[in-house]
Amino acid sequence: MRGSKRQYLGRRSSQPKVDIANNIILYVEDVSVSFDGFKALNKLNLYIEVGELRCIIGPNGAGKTTMMDVITGKTRPDSGSAWFGQTIDLLTLSEPAIAQAGIGRKFQKPTVFPNHTVFENLELAMAGTRSPWKLLRARLTPSQIDKIDDVLATIGLRERRDAIAGSLSHGQKQWLEIGMLLMQDPQLLLVDEPVAGMTPQETERTAQLLTSLAGTRSVVVVEHDMDFVRSIARTVTVLHEGSVLAEGSIDQVQANPRVVEVYLGE
Amino acid sequence: MNHSLLRLLWAERGSRAFYIVLLLAAVFVPLLNLGVADGSALHVPTYTVALLGKYMCYALLAIAVDLVWGYCGILSLGHTAFFALGGYAMGMYLMRQIGARGVYGDALLPDFMVFLNWKELPWFWHGMDMFWFAMLMMLFVPGLLAYAFGWFAFRSRVTGVYLSIITQALTYALLLAFFRNEMGFGGNNGLTDFKDLLGFDLQSSGVRIALFLASAIALGLAYAACRAVIASRLGRVIEAVRDAESRARFIGYRVENVKLWVWVFSALLAAVAGALYVPQVGIINPSEFAPINAIEIVVWVAVGGRGTLYGAALGALLVNYAKTYFTAALPEVWLFALGGLFVGVTLFLPKGIVGLIAQWQTRLTKAASLKEASA
Repeated sequence: MRGSKRQYLGRRSSQPKVDIANNIILYVEDVSVSFDGFKALNKLNLYIEVGELRCIIGPNGAGKTTMMDVITGKTRPDSGSAWFGQTIDLLTLSEPAIAQAGIGRKFQKPTVFPNHTVFENLELAMAGTRSPWKLLRARLTPSQIDKIDDVLATIGLRERRDAIAGSLSHGQKQWLEIGMLLMQDPQLLLVDEPVAGMTPQETERTAQLLTSLAGTRSVVVVEHDMDFVRSIARTVTVLHEGSVLAEGSIDQVQANPRVVEVYLGE
Repeated sequence: MNHSLLRLLWAERGSRAFYIVLLLAAVFVPLLNLGVADGSALHVPTYTVALLGKYMCYALLAIAVDLVWGYCGILSLGHTAFFALGGYAMGMYLMRQIGARGVYGDALLPDFMVFLNWKELPWFWHGMDMFWFAMLMMLFVPGLLAYAFGWFAFRSRVTGVYLSIITQALTYALLLAFFRNEMGFGGNNGLTDFKDLLGFDLQSSGVRIALFLASAIALGLAYAACRAVIASRLGRVIEAVRDAESRARFIGYRVENVKLWVWVFSALLAAVAGALYVPQVGIINPSEFAPINAIEIVVWVAVGGRGTLYGAALGALLVNYAKTYFTAALPEVWLFALGGLFVGVTLFLPKGIVGLIAQWQTRLTKAASLKEASA
């Protein structure tokens, strides 16, 4: 059952402070999820530091997307815990509440609002007003417009400000979606396969973008493209059959015989 | 009124056409009814005034459905529930106004209750003799039903065709319930034989015109209100929910609250349409709840052009005019024509008549610019 009572009575629009006393922003501990007997996650442990850029790799079915589903409230685990900072228990919150608490998520397939302009997409993603009655009277302040324009510059879509989002290229949609996450002011960004289907130039641009975002925020990137991972990652976590197989720098991980075995087969 | 809001309501060509046609109708229909002699070719008979008033109510209902369907992606096959409940609230008030003039001459009990040998007024009929209270109930009861239904449905994330089916079940359940005499709403005969409204004779052409004007004003105000909602940031969120529901959820919108808001708002518009409809047709009975009627509303919206509001109003007008014509001239053909219309529009006019007009316009301007270029 998705709708536990607490998630509905819980947090409203006010963004709670994330307590990062131990310099860790995300704790995922002993999380298991199974679908009809298939163990998508098997006692997964993951810790993300404040300001870190972490890459998560792993073969298909390793549980990467399920892990993101658990963190963002889409899937409830069978056991284990997930905490955002010291105080926010993610397993009791709904998707919107988690988004408002400061976790942004980019989907594998670029998902923007196709019939709105680029500017409107960013406007809608902006942190703040969420209740219908307040939205009815919401007006953009000059500083909010400046903020949207700043994000437009960051994601390189200033010239497409008034274009309908549905008309953007695949890569531009990916950037717009990242821009929407930035408008939410998240402390943790979860980014699922950001460079799938991108041209080499677009991939490079995305690498720059994600690297520039880390530091002020924590960024977790799930990606298949090893060159891309090499170009951005400081720490890499390898998932296999729902749990962590290896963790370390890209060179360490690639030298790990178990990782080689999983990736190349026996 | 806020200057920018005014500009916004006037912005679209379709909206301007809508307001102009509505204004012309509101001015000339009463004028040609009262001011022109009976025999003249320009005279608008009172029958036509009532018919046009009825069309206005349908247009209002179509706008309500277009708001949830065209803008929020909720295909309601149950808006007849809110329409008929609004109509019943008005009907109850009109019944109480009959007083001792009924067939059985009972000052308190409506005829059907005397006929059923009831001795006292059921509790929910109390207060319905007061116009303000009846109008309050006209909004409150359908609004509450919409709220309760929407709260459960949207919170459990029922969407798409499943939601359409349960809206249909909702109106069908009410149809069956209102058929029962024990419900206290006159069973299958419903409520009828109305005499007067606020003390004025319902049959007089003055009251007919007043009801027509009230319907036109309600339609105009509802249209403007819907436009204002759509132009607000809430409107953009509503469309965002339609296009990418989970994206909206993951940027922090409680999708169920957004849907609930627009759903209840739409239900209230439908209720107002029902309340204005009943005194103009002189009867309300359970057949107004019929699912086939709910589907017909969807046909109006689809024919006119979904997601434009003015298209919905246009569709309601055209389809109902066709219905009036066909059911008189070729009654057996009507249902086939309706079904054919729906299939035809779905296949060939996905954006309805409004979309077709827009297509012609772009073609014309293109042709004109080509001509200019070659000249």
